[in-house]
Amino acid sequence: MAASRPATTPKPLESSVTAPSAGIVIDNVMHEYQPQRGRAVLALDRLNLEIRDGEFIALLGPSGCGKSTLLYLIGGFMPIQHGRITVGGRAVTGPGPDRGIVFQHFALYPWKTVRENVLYGLTKQRLTRDECRDRAEHFIKLVGLTGFEDSYPSQLSGGMKQRVAIARTLAIDPDTLLMDEPFGALDAQTRALMQEELIAIWNQSPKTVVFVTHDVREAVLLADRVAVMSARPGRLKEIVDTRSLRAANADVAETPEFVEKVKYIWNLVREEAIAAERHQ
Amino acid sequence: MTTVVSVLWRYTPLLLLAAAWEAVTRLHLISQNALPTLSSVIASLIRLMTDDLAHHTLVSVTRGATGLALAIVAGTAAGVLMAWYRPVRMVVNPFIQLLYPLPKSALIPLTIIWLGLGNSSKIALIFIGCLLPVVVSAFNAARGVDHLLVWSARSVGASDREILREIVIPAALPEILNGYRIALALCFILVVAGELIIANNGIGYLIGFLGEAGDYRGMFAGVLTISLIGFAADRLYVLAMNRLLVWRG
Repeated sequence: MAASRPATTPKPLESSVTAPSAGIVIDNVMHEYQPQRGRAVLALDRLNLEIRDGEFIALLGPSGCGKSTLLYLIGGFMPIQHGRITVGGRAVTGPGPDRGIVFQHFALYPWKTVRENVLYGLTKQRLTRDECRDRAEHFIKLVGLTGFEDSYPSQLSGGMKQRVAIARTLAIDPDTLLMDEPFGALDAQTRALMQEELIAIWNQSPKTVVFVTHDVREAVLLADRVAVMSARPGRLKEIVDTRSLRAANADVAETPEFVEKVKYIWNLVREEAIAAERHQ
Repeated sequence: MTTVVSVLWRYTPLLLLAAAWEAVTRLHLISQNALPTLSSVIASLIRLMTDDLAHHTLVSVTRGATGLALAIVAGTAAGVLMAWYRPVRMVVNPFIQLLYPLPKSALIPLTIIWLGLGNSSKIALIFIGCLLPVVVSAFNAARGVDHLLVWSARSVGASDREILREIVIPAALPEILNGYRIALALCFILVVAGELIIANNGIGYLIGFLGEAGDYRGMFAGVLTISLIGFAADRLYVLAMNRLLVWRG
């Protein structure tokens, strides 16, 4: 009963879904936070979303709409209270190396050097010591940090720290990449650079990416589809196809179609942001 | 050479205090009955060194080190496990709360009745006194570990035990080590207090004995000895700690 659901599910299914989907299926998921005192807060309400294998999807929505909650549920970091999530056909019951995560504030191990940070996850996989070393070296090079292997995170800039976090996550070769506002803590120039690099890396080894962001431009620039979520409790408001605008180069961001799409999505988010404000 | 100069420069205020001590006593601004001259205290210190000062110092340092080491081992384990496992917290916490406001020196007579005049009563006192800062800092440190670090380790497949050993403890280390430093200072207080009240050896005993015998210079020499050892121990500790935590940058 796990993998193959009957094709009669009341959802717009892709034709490819007759075989067990290798992507992510979020089926009727609800999530409630129970604070120490006070009333429970419904963060996600009966959310359905299907992410195709190898797709780059951006989750967009006002603050507190449950974007990060959804990401953490896919990651298996929090118990799924209601509904179910399958990744590659298997129900999520906890975290695993098939789903790598990158956090906004990097979450590097400050007592480990760049190399040791990248190595840590590798040593938990079934790899020989040489394989670990080679992979670490490769991914440190991929994110352009060769020469900083023996630096500690405290000696790096924000952009460099996030490169380490990305290298660390890519090194264990997860099928799915979960990114929680990964560029949110970076300055504008660094963010633009990192976006370009992420596109380049993703083009090299396409993975399923779930990318949480506040930034509409960023979402359109990076994603195949942008899922706009409603104000709390988070539901899916609209999915916008932006594949044609995925930036092979930064020039795409100048085209009228791009600007138009950003404006359209921004209006969707705006309505929800206003609704969220009223609820405060 | 430059390090010698910079160290001297850093401790100039202390050198000035020493000079002022010598000056005010020489000039009889303070009676030498209340405060002997520094030079006479140092002379007395040298005389005591040829006598049994080394023995008493060694006795005190051994007691202090033993009590402190036991407190560090037990306290760190208790603090980290309390933070990590709820049942441990529920069992241990009431004892910590009871022990926290208790003046440890009030236990001195008790430890003597139970454990005698020798080492064990002193070590027990130091252990109990030093335990608290160690437990409290280890507990807070381990509880305060960024949960994203834990998630991050979990997502690559680290087990609970691996996370405790490889993530929680290193992440908590700076704060744990600060707790040890407080315990180190406390251990000097407790060893001297314990020996002053009742003992038949140790530097605290020597200070009390010489004081009662009217040898104020000798008494001051004892106080000076324990102060210098405490000072040196703390400086060395900070040095080692900074070396261990180079990654803080």
